Amino acid sequence: MKFCLAGNPNSGKTTLFNALTGSTAHVGNWPGVTVDKREGTYKKLSEKIHIVDLPGIYSMSPYTPEEVVSRNFVLDENPDVIINIVDATNLERNLYLTTQLLETDIPLVIALNMMDVVEKNGDKINLQQLEKAFGVPVVSISAIKKDNIDKLMQVAYETSKKTRKGYSVISKTEYADTFEKFVRLYDNENCKNKIFHAVKMFEADELEVSGYPSVASAALKVKENIDSTEFDGDFEALVADLRYRFISLHMSSVIKKLKKQEVSRSDKADKVLTHRVWGIPLFLLIMFAVFHFTFSEDFLFLNKLFGVEVSGDFWLTFFQLEEAGAVPSPGVWLQSWMGWLTGSLIDLVRGWLSNSPVWLSGLLCDGLLSGLDAIFSFLPQILLLFLFLSIMEDSGYMARAAFIMDRAFRKFGLSGKAFMPLLMCFGCGVPGVMATKTLENEKERRLTMMIAPFFSCGAKLPIWLAFAGIMFAGQYGDLVVFSIYLAGIVVAVIAAMILKFTVMKGETPPFIMELPTYHLPQFKNLMIRLWDKLKHFLYKAATIIAGSIVVLWFLSNFGFAFWNGMVSIEESMLGQIGNVIKYVFYPLGFADGADGWKFVVASITGLLAKEQVVSSLEVLAGAAGFEALLGGLSVAASYSFMLFNLLAVPCMAMVAAVHGEMASGKRTWQAIGFWIATAYVVSMVAYWSIRFWWIGVCLLAVIIAALTYMYCKNKKRLQKGVC
Amino acid sequence: MEKFLKDFVPGEVGSVVKISNTGKIKRRLYDMGITPGAEIKLLKVAPMGDPLCILIRGYDLSLRKDEAAEVLMEVK
Repeated sequence: MKFCLAGNPNSGKTTLFNALTGSTAHVGNWPGVTVDKREGTYKKLSEKIHIVDLPGIYSMSPYTPEEVVSRNFVLDENPDVIINIVDATNLERNLYLTTQLLETDIPLVIALNMMDVVEKNGDKINLQQLEKAFGVPVVSISAIKKDNIDKLMQVAYETSKKTRKGYSVISKTEYADTFEKFVRLYDNENCKNKIFHAVKMFEADELEVSGYPSVASAALKVKENIDSTEFDGDFEALVADLRYRFISLHMSSVIKKLKKQEVSRSDKADKVLTHRVWGIPLFLLIMFAVFHFTFSEDFLFLNKLFGVEVSGDFWLTFFQLEEAGAVPSPGVWLQSWMGWLTGSLIDLVRGWLSNSPVWLSGLLCDGLLSGLDAIFSFLPQILLLFLFLSIMEDSGYMARAAFIMDRAFRKFGLSGKAFMPLLMCFGCGVPGVMATKTLENEKERRLTMMIAPFFSCGAKLPIWLAFAGIMFAGQYGDLVVFSIYLAGIVVAVIAAMILKFTVMKGETPPFIMELPTYHLPQFKNLMIRLWDKLKHFLYKAATIIAGSIVVLWFLSNFGFAFWNGMVSIEESMLGQIGNVIKYVFYPLGFADGADGWKFVVASITGLLAKEQVVSSLEVLAGAAGFEALLGGLSVAASYSFMLFNLLAVPCMAMVAAVHGEMASGKRTWQAIGFWIATAYVVSMVAYWSIRFWWIGVCLLAVIIAALTYMYCKNKKRLQKGVC
Repeated sequence: MEKFLKDFVPGEVGSVVKISNTGKIKRRLYDMGITPGAEIKLLKVAPMGDPLCILIRGYDLSLRKDEAAEVLMEVK
């Protein structure tokens, strides 16, 4: 048997799903779109029940991928029962979707969630009246407390044995006769859920019209005979209005509000969190706290402010510090232990392999394990960032953050919701990309992922630090690092605008978003989400990442005559390839000269993981030394090299994450191509502009003119927000 | 008195007369409960002046001024 859960976002659907399916749940993507598909099994009935969690939707209209996915599932996959979870604290809008689900012929059960909150507010909902109004069973549950969940499943199971005829709210209105004609149009069509189809045809729904062209032309003739001035012939609006009228009609008998609503806790919290003056500073403070918890070497500034220092063997070991120093933040602390774990593992394997051939221990230890170590050492911080993000999402604060920041982001064709994922990318792009799930609009999601790697992440910092210590005799180190971070933001903004105005045209998504009531995040839900991400990451690490590490290791340790055994990196395939393709990099300035190929090779290894750049350069520097190698570059070439590494493919973990979210190999390749092309162009422009300032001035003028032109040309559409 | 939702000040209440936008956005507004006759209270405006936050059918909804500019209201 197959049951599906349908309901509004924030109605407690995921909590119910987790309570029903427990450890059997798994997450995938619906085919072709970046929408989560959750499935699991419920085992407490005589039959095993397969449960599919449909995405949270407000309506069955054809405008978002979530809606289309849900609609197709309900119509094509014949679930035995639809369990419609309804938030009792927000009945009117939640029941709007119910009126649409009623139109199908599929057995339906309403799960009335959060009744406990309603009762606490002193309100009463009459379940019998609700059952009578909608003609389907209603079970009151609490998904969080797991109250009545087994009863719900029992009722759903019994309901699935019965048949149900679709019902539309239109059939009780003055349009009943016309609607009947629409239903009859489907008499000769071989399809189920005729009432649903008839309503959609009445609405002149895009998918319906294209799906049944012959009915659509007949429908137009019927419509000509309707003399209604209401809504100027906009039948979509008319139907929406009829639905809400139907709900309002029954509301008075269903819900009894005992007392006048006082100021709720959410309103109180919102008074502060979305305050006109304090809203933005508070948001920045919260974001700073998240980063501080994850990345700070000096937790709570205990060292800087109070001179607190870690000393003593036990505490030094506990915090994994080499010498007395500041207390690290939880993120850094966990990262150190992760490093210890992988380091010990590598030593252990090296010990085992001490008698085996050099290539084997090289492949396993220096290749595979070291490569994975570089990526795994960031895993605790990735998960920690993602945890904070989930807390903000589940509590309802994320919607407020989007509300606060929307204005600033609109200019670039993004909405306020994109801010959080992009900010995450300063820490690590992987949770940032994962967080794009919170964006409603698929195009916006892709655009955000495209510019995500331009924000300088933690793994890139060592590169900037290496150059900061050498350029300008190390005098302006902080400015060098700052300028790179700034360059990343500027490139991201320009790239977003260019993409917006060219390939991802006319897509400023609307910003019609619910600000859900604040909730305390559920520990179990957070852990399930975290576990999903961890599983996903481990799977990618075992496949894409490990595969590419092995390939790169092979290329950098063997010559083209690889049967002759291992060689130094200069003679390796990678070294030789570097020596050839360095000509491609000539316009970028850092590839010429005797050492030029080394920077090319380091950049290539950087595509795998940015930690590799500095370590590759150290290996390649040889006897002359690392500093001499870097010092050999001019200021222009140094910047060019840094910018290339800033903007090109960040790491394999990021590619894997983007691939997971894009759900399309073609789009992943497009993203990779876009990053490399951007890196190449920007580095070249920077190099020649620094060498000859007038080139920079001219280019700047051209860029500004082009952007202004595109902006003005697209302004109208941006304002209309056509999507 | 009729005026557009975007011109409301925080605390002002009115009922929807009509939505002049077309297409997806209009449908979205209807789906979220902004239908003719529905009562709306403007709760607040975001720090940078846009978007707005309204109370509609018992819940909080945010929308941009551009969208609110298409919603004609009868002020209560």
